[in-house]
Amino acid sequence: MTTPLSHYLVFSAMLFSIGFAGAVLRRNAVLVLIGLELMLNAANLNFIAFWRYGAHPGALTGVLFTLFSIAIAAAEAAVGLALIIAIYRHRKTIQMDRLDSLKG
Amino acid sequence: MAHEITFYLIALLTLAAAIAAMSLRNLVHCALCAAGAFAGLAAIYLLLNAEFVGFAQFLVYVGAVAILIVFTILLTQGVEMKSSVALVSPSWLTGLAITGLMLACIVAPILASPSLHRSAPPNIAAPVKKIGEELMTGCILPLETVGLLLTAALLGAVVIAMSDKPPFQPKTAGNPPRRETQEEVSLR
Amino acid sequence: MNALDQIFVTLHHWLIGLFPAAIQPLVSIVLIIATIMTVFGTCFAVTTIVERKTLGRMQNRYGPNRVGPWGLLQPMADGIKMLIKEDIVPFSADKILHFLAPLVLTVPIWLAFSVLPFGRNMTAVELDAGLLFFFAIGSASELAVFMAGWSSQNKYSLVGAMRGIAQMISYEVPLVLASVPVVMLAGSLSLTDIVQSQGGYAWGFIPHWNVFTPWGLAGFGLFLIAATAESNRSPFDLPEGESEIIAGYLTEYSGFKYALFFLGEYLGLFAVTGLAVTLFLGGWHAPMSIMEWVPSWLWFAAKFGVLIFVFIWVRATLPRLRLDQMLNLAWKFLVPLTLINLLVAAVWYWSRPLSDSFAGLELRWLSCAAIIALSYVCLGRNLNRIPSPQRHYTYGT
Repeated sequence: MTTPLSHYLVFSAMLFSIGFAGAVLRRNAVLVLIGLELMLNAANLNFIAFWRYGAHPGALTGVLFTLFSIAIAAAEAAVGLALIIAIYRHRKTIQMDRLDSLKG
Repeated sequence: MAHEITFYLIALLTLAAAIAAMSLRNLVHCALCAAGAFAGLAAIYLLLNAEFVGFAQFLVYVGAVAILIVFTILLTQGVEMKSSVALVSPSWLTGLAITGLMLACIVAPILASPSLHRSAPPNIAAPVKKIGEELMTGCILPLETVGLLLTAALLGAVVIAMSDKPPFQPKTAGNPPRRETQEEVSLR
Repeated sequence: MNALDQIFVTLHHWLIGLFPAAIQPLVSIVLIIATIMTVFGTCFAVTTIVERKTLGRMQNRYGPNRVGPWGLLQPMADGIKMLIKEDIVPFSADKILHFLAPLVLTVPIWLAFSVLPFGRNMTAVELDAGLLFFFAIGSASELAVFMAGWSSQNKYSLVGAMRGIAQMISYEVPLVLASVPVVMLAGSLSLTDIVQSQGGYAWGFIPHWNVFTPWGLAGFGLFLIAATAESNRSPFDLPEGESEIIAGYLTEYSGFKYALFFLGEYLGLFAVTGLAVTLFLGGWHAPMSIMEWVPSWLWFAAKFGVLIFVFIWVRATLPRLRLDQMLNLAWKFLVPLTLINLLVAAVWYWSRPLSDSFAGLELRWLSCAAIIALSYVCLGRNLNRIPSPQRHYTYGT
C-alpha cells in the first residue's frame, strides 16, 4: 500500500467540502440532507484511514467508531426525512427559503 | 502500483458522483448519484482492509438511506419538476467562497505536515470475530445505547410521518352485513 | 470417492497451471466467473421450462410441448424471441436510467454467487464476512427496481416500483433476522465456516444440519417466506401483478432488457436458495454417513433442486397477497417470530448439556419448539381477528 495517508485525507476533505457546498447552497431540503450524509461519510473515511495507517490498528478503534457513526447517521436520516415529509404535508413546499416563518 | 491506480480511479468517480449529486437539477438523479458516491466510498473502505465496515456501509447507505431519500423525493414533490425554479440560493457566490476557504483551511495543514505522508503498515486485518468481541466487551455501553437510539428513531420517524387520515380498513369477509333495525328501515 | 468430490478443484488448478505465473490470479478469477455464469445461465434456462411444465401439470394441463421433444427446447425459442424483439423506449422516458436499470439489477446478483460454497473447497471467494456481503449485495438490487419504475414515466410503473421497493425493504428484515441465529450458533459470518459447523452426525445417523433443530426449522420456514417475497415471486408478486397493473415496473421494457430483468429475478431466486441450503440444510454435507461417497457438489445441487421445486410448488398453489396483507405479514408476524426464534436459539445453545441423554434431548427439543409454536399461535390468532373500531391517533405535528 504505497498511497500516502495524506491522499486519503485530502480526498476526504474534498468530499466534505462538496457535501458542505451542497448543504449550504441548494434550496431543497432533501438535498441539504444528502449533503449532510456526504459530510458524515467523509468523516467516517477519515476515521478508517487513520485506523489503517495509524499506530494501533489492532485496537480496532477506527472501525468501531465508524460502525456506530453509520448507525447513527442512518437513524438521523430517517428522522430528518420524516420531518421533511411532515413539513411538506403542512406547507406544501420544501424549499428552504419559503420555510422561514420563524425568522425575526 | 495497482493499489494506487485503483484508489485514484475510485476517488475520481466518487468525487464526480458527489459533485453530480449536489448540482443536478433532477432530484431523482441527485439521489441516485449520491447512492453511487456511497458505493464508491464502500469500495474505498474495502481498499483500506476494513471489509466489515465496507459491507455495512453498502448495506446501510446504498440499501436503505438512498431508498429513503428516493421515497421522500417522490412523496414530497419530485414528480412535477418546474424548471423555472432557481436552483441555488441568491447568495451562491458567497457560499462557494466560504466552501473554498474551508477546503483550503483543511487541506493546507494536511499537505504541510510531514508525518501524514507515511505509507501503510502491511498486513492489517479486522477479523469479524475481533470486532464482535470488542463490541460486546469494551463497547457494550455504546452498542446498547445505539440500539435504544435506533428504536427511538424508528418509532419517532413513524409517528412524525404518519398521516392524519384514519388508516385504510379493508372489508373483512368474516363480517356479515349488519341487519338493519326497524328504525333504520323506517328512516330510509 | 475423494477424487470425484474434488474434480472441479483439480481441474481448476490444472487449467491455471497452463498459464505463466504472472497472470495466474487473473486467469483463476476469469475461469471461476465463466464457470458460474455458464452453470447458472443453464440453470436459468432449465428452470424456466421446468417451472412452466410443473405449473402446467399442477394446473391439470400440459406445459409448453411444441418446441422440441416434450417442449424441452422452449428456452431456446424464448431466448431467440427476446433477442430479436424491438427495443422500445418511451419518448418521454429517462433514457440513461431506463438503460441502466437492468444492469444495476443483474450485476450485484452475479456477485452474490461468489460467496456460496458449492462443494468442499469450492467457494469462489472466501470472505470473513461472507453472509454480510451477500445481504449487502442483495440490497443493491432494490434501487434497480426503483430506477426501472421511475424512468418509464408511467403511472403504473411507478406504482409497481413503489410497491416493489416497499415489499423488498419490509422483507429484508425477517430475511436477515432469520439468519442471525445461524451465525450466532456457528460463531462466524463466513459461509464456509457455517457449512463446516453443520458436519458430523449425532447418534450416528442424524446430521447436525440446522433444519433439524427447533430454531432451525422455524428459521428455515421464515427464511423461505422472506426469500419468496424478496424475489418478487408468487404469492408475493404484486409489484409485477400480471393481472392488475400490466407488468408493474417492467411495463415499458421489451426485448433484451426484459430478458435481463427476467434473468435477474431468477438469479436472485437461485442465490437466495443457495443461501438457504448453506445456512439451514447443511450445504454440501450428505444426510447419512453411508452416502458420503456421493460428491459434495452433487448434494448441493440435489438440495438446491428440491428447494427450487418447493418454490415452484408454492407459486402454483397460493393466491397473490394484497399489499396491506403483505406488509402486515412482514412487520407484524414475521419480525416478532424471527426475534422469538433468536431467543429460542439462545435457549437451545444454553441447554446444550441436556443433549447427552435421549430424554434430555427430547425435553430440549420440545420446550424450544413449544415456545415457537405458542408464539406462532398467539400471533396468528391475534392478527386475524376482526378489527375493533380503529383508534384514531392524532399528534401535534
